[in-house]
Amino acid sequence: MRQSFIARNPSILIFLLCLAVFTLAVTSMSHAMGAGVISTSFVKTLGKTLCLCLVAIAMDLVWGYCGILSLGHFAFFGLGGYMIGMWLMYARTEIIVAESLANAAIPPTPQEVVDAIGTQIFGVVGSSDFPPIWQFAHSLPAQLALVVLVPGLLALVFGWLAFRSRVTGVYLSILTQAMTLALSLYLFQNESGLRGNNGLSGLQNLPGVSASQDWVSLWFLWGSALALGLGYVLCAWVVSGKFGSVIRGIRDDEARVRFLGYSVEGYKLFIFTFTAIIAAVAGALYYPQAGIINPGEIAPIASIYLAVWVAIGGRGRLYGAVIGAALVSLVSTWFTGGMVPSLPLGFYTVDWVDWWLVLLGLSFVLVTLFAPKGIGGLFDLLSRRREVDQ
Amino acid sequence: MSALLEVSGISVTFDGYKAIRNLSFEIGECELRAIIGPNGAGKTTFMDIVTGKTKPDEGKVLWGEMSRNLLKMRESKIAQAGLGRKFQRPTVFEDQSVEDNLLMALKNPRGAFACLFYRPSKADRARVGELAEEVGLADQLSRTSGELSHGQKQWLEIGMLLAQEPRLMLVDEPAAGMTLAEREHTTDLLVNLAKTRAVVVVEHDMEFVRRLNCRVTVLHEGSVLAEGSLDHVTKDPRVIEVYLGR
Ligand SMILES: Nc1ncnc2c1ncn2[C@@H]1O[C@H](COP(=O)(O)OP(=O)(O)OP(=O)(O)O)[C@@H](O)[C@H]1O
Ligand SMILES: [Mg+2]
Repeated sequence: MRQSFIARNPSILIFLLCLAVFTLAVTSMSHAMGAGVISTSFVKTLGKTLCLCLVAIAMDLVWGYCGILSLGHFAFFGLGGYMIGMWLMYARTEIIVAESLANAAIPPTPQEVVDAIGTQIFGVVGSSDFPPIWQFAHSLPAQLALVVLVPGLLALVFGWLAFRSRVTGVYLSILTQAMTLALSLYLFQNESGLRGNNGLSGLQNLPGVSASQDWVSLWFLWGSALALGLGYVLCAWVVSGKFGSVIRGIRDDEARVRFLGYSVEGYKLFIFTFTAIIAAVAGALYYPQAGIINPGEIAPIASIYLAVWVAIGGRGRLYGAVIGAALVSLVSTWFTGGMVPSLPLGFYTVDWVDWWLVLLGLSFVLVTLFAPKGIGGLFDLLSRRREVDQ
Repeated sequence: MSALLEVSGISVTFDGYKAIRNLSFEIGECELRAIIGPNGAGKTTFMDIVTGKTKPDEGKVLWGEMSRNLLKMRESKIAQAGLGRKFQRPTVFEDQSVEDNLLMALKNPRGAFACLFYRPSKADRARVGELAEEVGLADQLSRTSGELSHGQKQWLEIGMLLAQEPRLMLVDEPAAGMTLAEREHTTDLLVNLAKTRAVVVVEHDMEFVRRLNCRVTVLHEGSVLAEGSLDHVTKDPRVIEVYLGR
């Protein structure tokens, strides 16, 4: 009767196996391994896709399991990217500045070095002073801690205010969108101290690492795969026991859960913050592969896409979120990358770069109407058929 | 006997309609009480107020030896203080198994972290088995509760209520949708439970109430019309007029 956690969830093992096979296959076909079947830029795309799968799992936990339709989790994703981006940019600029000052007749004072770094980084926004938020940018451990702390605290404060006042349903979704919009608009300003609409760039270069991008891209692929695997197991563990029962109860009938004596607000706050942190970690792995982050990434629409992926993949099951995110984001890269031939209709030529969004919207509507369980629902059909056969 | 729950002078207005008017009510430790009254008398609303779902416009609701004011507490805290409730329409978590439903209701720490690391102990599993036996669902433990019949959901909810081990049970129309034999089982169960805790039962069925053999409170238009033994209240001309005479 009492089985171990993994034995009760065979899907975890299957998932980890698929992830491992995928990672090995990509690795062996990459440039770094000398095979060159998969280009380095495509390795990066795949690595980024793994990060998107991770944030999709977070979205599934908060929406599919706990019923909170947050349309702001991409803001946490972006914040995670900014936090790691600050260190990447600072440390790399520091090396460049040190090299150029090395030949100077008089050795530069530490203050001169810092000023030179400031000019390099903030020249584009007409400044050279470090804003206070760059206080810890020189320290990797500090910025790694901030990857978790900044989005975590934002989620905690926001969630506390929203859940305490019992804001639910569509009102909560609107509130999370407002938060996302406010954050994005704030970051667009030069005064935000994060280089305004320029964002942070050159993030693909790891400071002090001389290895080629062929290798760096592989490392990040491995890191992303590891994070996704760990995140999957962690989330599966969270939803497996009584905690999972309670949050699914909150999704289905939160008043009833209250009358059982559970503090619904506390649980929601926990899940909201926990998933915000997962999203932030995913973002911190994503943006070094993307190379650049700017406030446009945090635009409200990004968080809505996230919900669409999870809906198409099938919410309320973690692998559904992974399938949805992987499929839709890869297909989206394919369509918007101009790789799909246009469709000539005689009177009008369908250019997929423009029409892809229409196609995505249409599939979202179709899935919602005819397959509310999403692609993941197909697995139910399969397992039911197997039961019937037996 | 000191009162376990003391409700005094509460009134509630919904969109101008006075659903509860100056209602006062008291129930002692280990007392069994039936509440009857025509549709819309305010029976469910009364339970909503006591359990914190609805805030009254005025009045007091005091609980236990310390006379804690329930109106200042959140629903979850009220439930933790020892008030359990069964809803008129059976509400169980349809998506989850009978066992998970019972485990969730079982009297254990309610905090998020406690639940995260909670794994059912042998004693907990035994208790769930016992409860399932009690409510006739022993062979249904692994079934999804959404697949149960109306009567079985009713029983599951009673099982969840038992699992909480409350000091006061508020039971709204427990026998609806049950067969005659099941009704008898329910009355026996309630009478038995009232030996160790207070039970308030709302019921329309007179036979059911008669078998409970307890004090009866008649509600009408949001206030108490009569109180006493069933025979006493059924002889009251005002009760006959508003309720039984129809
Ligand atoms: N949330 C609400 N908003 C508006 N009116 C309400 C609300 N809840 C109850 N009422 C009204 O208050 C009155 C009392 O309702 P209540 O549900 O307490 O009756 P009841 O005695 O439980 O009846 P029944 O025997 O049908 O269950 C009814 O007229 C009902 O329409
Ligand atoms: Mg009622």
